[in-house]
Amino acid sequence: MELTINGSRHQVDIEPDTPLLWVLRDELGMTGTKYGCGLAQCGACTVLVDGQATRSCVTPVESVAGSEIMTIEAISEDPVGQKVVEAWVSNQVPQCGYCQSGQVMAATALIKQSPRPSEEEIAGAMVNLCRCGTYNAIAAAVRQAAEA
Amino acid sequence: MNDMTPVAPEITASENGKPFKLSRRGFLGASLGALVLGVTLPAGLARAQAAAAAVTPGTRISAFLEIRPDSTVLFRSAFIEGGQGIFTAMAQIVGEELDVDPAQFVVEGAPPGPDYLLTGGGRFTGGSMSVRMSYDAMRKLGASARHMLVEAAAARLGVAASELSTEPGRVVHGASGRTLPYGEIADAAADLPLPTDVALRDRADFRWIGKPVARLDVRDKSTGKARYAIDLKVDGMLHAAVQHSPRLGGEPGALRNEADVRGMPGVHSIHRLPGTVAVVADSWWRARMAAEALQVTWAEPARGTAHAMPADFSTEAHMALLKATPGEGVAYETVGNAATALGGAARVVEATYDAPYLVHGQLEPPSALARWNDDGSLELWIPNQAPEMFQAEAAKVAGIPPEKVTIHSPMLGGFFGRHFLYQTANPFPQAILLARAVGRPVKLIWSREEEFLRDTLRPMGAVRFRAGLDADGLPVALEAVAVGEGPTGRWFGRQPDKVDSSSVEGIAGKVYAIPNRRVGQVHVDDPAIIGFWRSVGHSMNDFFYETFFDEMADAGQQDPYELRHRLLADSPRHRTLLEAVAELCGGWRRGPFTADDGTRRARGVAMASPFGSEVATIAEVSLRSGEVVVHDVWVAIDPGSIVNPAIIEAQVNSAVALGLSSALLEEVVYVDGMPQARNYDGYPILTPDRMPRVHVRIVESGAPMGGIGEPGLPGVPPAVANAVSVLAGRRIRSLPLSKHDFKGVDG
Repeated sequence: MELTINGSRHQVDIEPDTPLLWVLRDELGMTGTKYGCGLAQCGACTVLVDGQATRSCVTPVESVAGSEIMTIEAISEDPVGQKVVEAWVSNQVPQCGYCQSGQVMAATALIKQSPRPSEEEIAGAMVNLCRCGTYNAIAAAVRQAAEA
Repeated sequence: MNDMTPVAPEITASENGKPFKLSRRGFLGASLGALVLGVTLPAGLARAQAAAAAVTPGTRISAFLEIRPDSTVLFRSAFIEGGQGIFTAMAQIVGEELDVDPAQFVVEGAPPGPDYLLTGGGRFTGGSMSVRMSYDAMRKLGASARHMLVEAAAARLGVAASELSTEPGRVVHGASGRTLPYGEIADAAADLPLPTDVALRDRADFRWIGKPVARLDVRDKSTGKARYAIDLKVDGMLHAAVQHSPRLGGEPGALRNEADVRGMPGVHSIHRLPGTVAVVADSWWRARMAAEALQVTWAEPARGTAHAMPADFSTEAHMALLKATPGEGVAYETVGNAATALGGAARVVEATYDAPYLVHGQLEPPSALARWNDDGSLELWIPNQAPEMFQAEAAKVAGIPPEKVTIHSPMLGGFFGRHFLYQTANPFPQAILLARAVGRPVKLIWSREEEFLRDTLRPMGAVRFRAGLDADGLPVALEAVAVGEGPTGRWFGRQPDKVDSSSVEGIAGKVYAIPNRRVGQVHVDDPAIIGFWRSVGHSMNDFFYETFFDEMADAGQQDPYELRHRLLADSPRHRTLLEAVAELCGGWRRGPFTADDGTRRARGVAMASPFGSEVATIAEVSLRSGEVVVHDVWVAIDPGSIVNPAIIEAQVNSAVALGLSSALLEEVVYVDGMPQARNYDGYPILTPDRMPRVHVRIVESGAPMGGIGEPGLPGVPPAVANAVSVLAGRRIRSLPLSKHDFKGVDG
């Protein structure tokens, strides 16, 4: 099966119901996308599929063959992603950092779809869990990225 | 864990399920006052290491610092980074004296070794100890290295050292204008003797200590580049997943579909391990699918198996047992005569409080990567907060000497007390056995479901309070009996005639001037594997005490803020802090009051004295459709003196979130010896929409430096519960709040 990830094509030979997350991590060595719960509860595994924030831990790989997949590895090559990263750095968002790949991807998806998101849109899109409780810093960084 | 002094008199190697026993002889010779700490590693090992290398921890510069040719600095930290900002703090402290901008530091976790035994003669990241325990040593280390660089520059330039000064990253000869970057003289400096006495920089001249220096790890963590244990890979590695016995102590019997599972895609082999079946495969997902597909007949534990989970255990029954266990217990803190004063009181207030088990819930699931090398040595990449302890235990599991075990300690995806050596809660023993069995490196990951089954629990607890009030409604006596078991006693050995401080901290050690007090503890064995959870005993005990305090204030018709203020008349540090938090929130008012948005709100206040710091907290809440909404939390924290105010503010935010999560939502429920929740769907944690605004004020009283990672937490549950009680018109004596029905009391 052929996957398009961060603009590059990859051939993978794998059971079609394998979650995208594990194809990224174990088959392709792209470990920036994290495993947290495996149940689409936490969002640490968030990637963009055709621009949509998607929880890769419950996404069968066969369902995204033919789609444009973007992971955290390409975040700095994406103009919106770059703004989000800079906002994350200037707000000193991460603590342990484990959830932050997913948070950054969720924010990037939001701002791609809604360049000037309202507070309600931010609340609706930024729903990933953070056990360190960086939620206030995340919200501030999303606002800053949207204004940048 | 304010007092982590282990109590056992003798050292023995730890056995599975038995406590580590340490000896006071393993501590530094000098007394550290009330904070004699020895949680780092079995003291015998500390002695052996120290004797073998004959080094004074924290002094051998080459163990910590490598100044590279480009004058950047590689620093090996004795403390592990898990989000608390310790790598940045170390760079600030060392950089200040070395005269190198912290931004020029690359910091990594140090391997096991005698140089890093900086917490009371051992090594441990936790107890909010890292900065306060190593601050002096790390400053001296940086100053010594700077001194040697200056000496080396003097030799190179042919001038007296007294003519030289430094600027960040280089030595300057002012008279001639010549400069030498550190990177050019680092090798020469390394050959010079360690100075015996160096002057430290004056506090007034600090450039980085005390400043909101940017964290070193933030960009990597914002771009997916930070590497955690779960991300690591070595050549030839296989992947492993496990299915644990549903109840600890059960052993795998027949595997009814073993042949079928062996034929599943990618499966390399199937293994029976203690309490577990494991599948090794060519990817983790395949290993997991196979491990979960195994139909295992679990044999009940053999009689006498240590810490076997009883098949009929339930949290409900255990809580009932705690509440029904009578007695005054062993006294831990006695002031005046509480019994007599209660007898003479105008009014007696009595109440029993309780709190449930909690899991750590760190987002990085546990993992361990094990590799046996050709020379018979073992290499482990494992999340941990005490490398030497893990090294000693790994050596026992592997059957080789500790010096043949290399421990790599990667960045931790969440700390919270999860990464202590808990044996049955650590995957590395399984990884060691699997790697040996298959003759290849193995990375084992526990699925979230297996983690919920084996994580250690914040103990549950119940406390019986009695307070005596005089005719004016002021407290003259307070008696508390904590019932349960604390984690420090569990892991470091408990003496039956002594109270484990972790079971009473936050009930004892309170600062209010109540003339007659007694805090006692009744020990009841906890059938679960209990562990350290951010702020340890304080995580529930300050809830018990500070909410009962409001109950006592209500009974005496006192305002809870004013009563606290009054009882702190002779404690200026605490009174100042209480006034600071009141000022921060725009002035104390309890409510109920109507906010600008029309909601009916109230505020609650609480104080805590955890980990050498002092904290005052106020929370403002409302109720919406029966659900508690926390709008704002104000925290005034006095850690004595500080290193990084931005990290402190971040840590307080984090502690508020975790404290609030526990207060609102969290509860581990066991039925028939098994946890009912195996993932976040059954064990909700705080979501972004329930995060309050957090306002922090740092007060530097100049008192001895206290901790930062944990102290912000304990005041949050009581401040919130006290406010909710005002709105609900009844006392909240049990957590979490989600199990209470507040419908009908909305504003």
